[in-house]
Amino acid sequence: MKIHEYQAKSVLARFGVPVPRGEVISNASEASAVAERLGTSVVVVKAQIHAGGRGKGGGVKLAKSPDEAERMARQMIGMTLVTHQTGPEGRKVGRVLIEEGLQIERELYLSLLLDRAAARPVIIASAAGGMDIEEVAAKEPEKILREHIDPATGVIPFQARKLAFALGLEAGPAGKMVKLLEALYKAYIETDASLIEINPLILTKAGDLMALDAKVTFDDNALYRHQDIREFRDLSEEDPLEVEASKFSLNYIRLDGNIGCMVNGAGLAMATMDIIKLAGGEPANFLDVGGGANAEQIKNAFRILMMDKNVKAVFINIFGGILRCDVLAAGVIAAVKELGVPVPIVIRMEGTNVEEGKRMLKESGLNFTTADSMDDGANAVVAHAAAGVRA
Amino acid sequence: MAVLLDKNTRLIVQGLTGREGTFHAKQAAAYGTKVVGGVTPGKGGTTHEGWPVFNSVHDAMKETGANATVIFVPPPFAADAVMEATDAGIPLAVCITEGIPVNDMTRAFTFMKGKKTRLVGPNCPGVITAGQAKAGIIPGHILREGRVGIVSKSGTLTYEAIHQLSKVGLGQTTCIGIGGDPLIGTTHIDALDLFNRDAETDAVIMIGEIGGTAEQEAAAWIKQNFRKPVVGFIAGQTAPPGRRMGHAGAIIAGGQGTAAEKMDALSKAGVHVVKSPADMGKKMREVLG
Repeated sequence: MKIHEYQAKSVLARFGVPVPRGEVISNASEASAVAERLGTSVVVVKAQIHAGGRGKGGGVKLAKSPDEAERMARQMIGMTLVTHQTGPEGRKVGRVLIEEGLQIERELYLSLLLDRAAARPVIIASAAGGMDIEEVAAKEPEKILREHIDPATGVIPFQARKLAFALGLEAGPAGKMVKLLEALYKAYIETDASLIEINPLILTKAGDLMALDAKVTFDDNALYRHQDIREFRDLSEEDPLEVEASKFSLNYIRLDGNIGCMVNGAGLAMATMDIIKLAGGEPANFLDVGGGANAEQIKNAFRILMMDKNVKAVFINIFGGILRCDVLAAGVIAAVKELGVPVPIVIRMEGTNVEEGKRMLKESGLNFTTADSMDDGANAVVAHAAAGVRA
Repeated sequence: MAVLLDKNTRLIVQGLTGREGTFHAKQAAAYGTKVVGGVTPGKGGTTHEGWPVFNSVHDAMKETGANATVIFVPPPFAADAVMEATDAGIPLAVCITEGIPVNDMTRAFTFMKGKKTRLVGPNCPGVITAGQAKAGIIPGHILREGRVGIVSKSGTLTYEAIHQLSKVGLGQTTCIGIGGDPLIGTTHIDALDLFNRDAETDAVIMIGEIGGTAEQEAAAWIKQNFRKPVVGFIAGQTAPPGRRMGHAGAIIAGGQGTAAEKMDALSKAGVHVVKSPADMGKKMREVLG
């Protein structure tokens, strides 16, 4: 789960990671009062959306007076911000964070995430702060420092010092790095974060370390034990169809194409998207109905597929293991009868009780195209989508 | 022979008394697996569907001589179940549970280091040896005995591969679903290593997914060590970056872990990579002649 920068900073601050003073507002008229309270000669106005690259898109600005802060907040709130991470449609800005201006000596990069291969968390640091870390990794990999953390010990002070000195910090800030990394690791473990990224981590002219920006994402599998973090979820940042699908435990991701897909299993769902593309079509979505899907879920899946107005044809690809083909067929028939699906449907199913399922589809009197293999099904649905006009 | 499981395997089910555990224990027994009991803490001393239930894996092993466990324990308790099985020293633990917090598994991996239990999964369909035994949820009736091994991150895509092999007249030795989580016990390389040493396996289908670098590592290992033909497929060629496609592990981050990158590495290692998931069986037929 993703959260906003201001929320990420509140989480980090709770564990003792130093962050700039600031307040978040959704009403621009509060901006000048916030700027006055902060009391610095310069304040920073930052658009809050779930995407990086905000600075280049005009979502981060310096204001030299409270009035200017208010003007900038007015510009940003309600604007559609386009960055390299939002896609061309951009994201609507609902809130801005106003923060104190700081005297910056150096900008560093710091993150904490799981190293899958080592099966333990790793701290990644670089002296090239403020830059895209992927770019640094590609161009100057020697500038990236890594320190693995043993879950049994947590961050050991010497590890933090090692990183600090390698980053060229003096003794004073290096000592602060020990405290900061201990706090960061505590936040990572106790909130079940999957990534904490501070870019940049700044060294101020006064010799303090501070998280000037912060991105935190959480492990969805662990949200059940973090009520406080679940409350950070901002539905306006998510696709409405994805939000709807999540209510029914359907794993749905909206894409740009016109062929709706309904599949059981994540791997087969991805493979189905692949084969549609190979057949010359474009998938409208990824949808995994799961291994234990019932008639009700299949109906909801259809409803969500049909809410996407780009969909010109539907491809159902089910390999029945636990989910029996006759149960699937009954669910599909009921859903189509109830919802009146206005586009052609191609069904390819295989596995448990497949003959019974096929018979039911045939005798339903509804106009399904059945396919005997994945590639036949993909070719058929691509042809339908190309010819198809939605009723 | 085959690998991991055979007709002599003595299997217990952790979470036997739950709905999933009960259903799949019966399915496994119906397939011919020697299911010898179950573990549900607090229900030790009772019987369930005719099987003895124990409070701990340790007790179950002592009383039944079990040498493998399949875990159907809900996500909040699953890592604990894996560690308990490891502590009892069981040779094979297959964890089916989906949705275990990554931090829990990180802790479990730390605990398991240097111990002798082999973990398969979590978040996997399990292991099945054609005609002999199964630990997990792979439907037995789709398999036929033969000489091709399968290792896969995905459940239903494994079924697809089995089905395609059957259609071209090829059977299987063992199918290993290694799971789609960021942290998994048995990797592609571990499974390939088992197949390499198995006299009954002539060739392997390897199914990977976007995300991480396990397939690239497997490619390097295959080039160095693997002596049998491999047909490979990578799911997610068309997946958009930064989105989690169902499996927690299936996410392309910062241009890393793309399907193209993985397919290229495998091809260079001599793997017969198919672009279309419909071609896995046909390609294997072609390769084996």
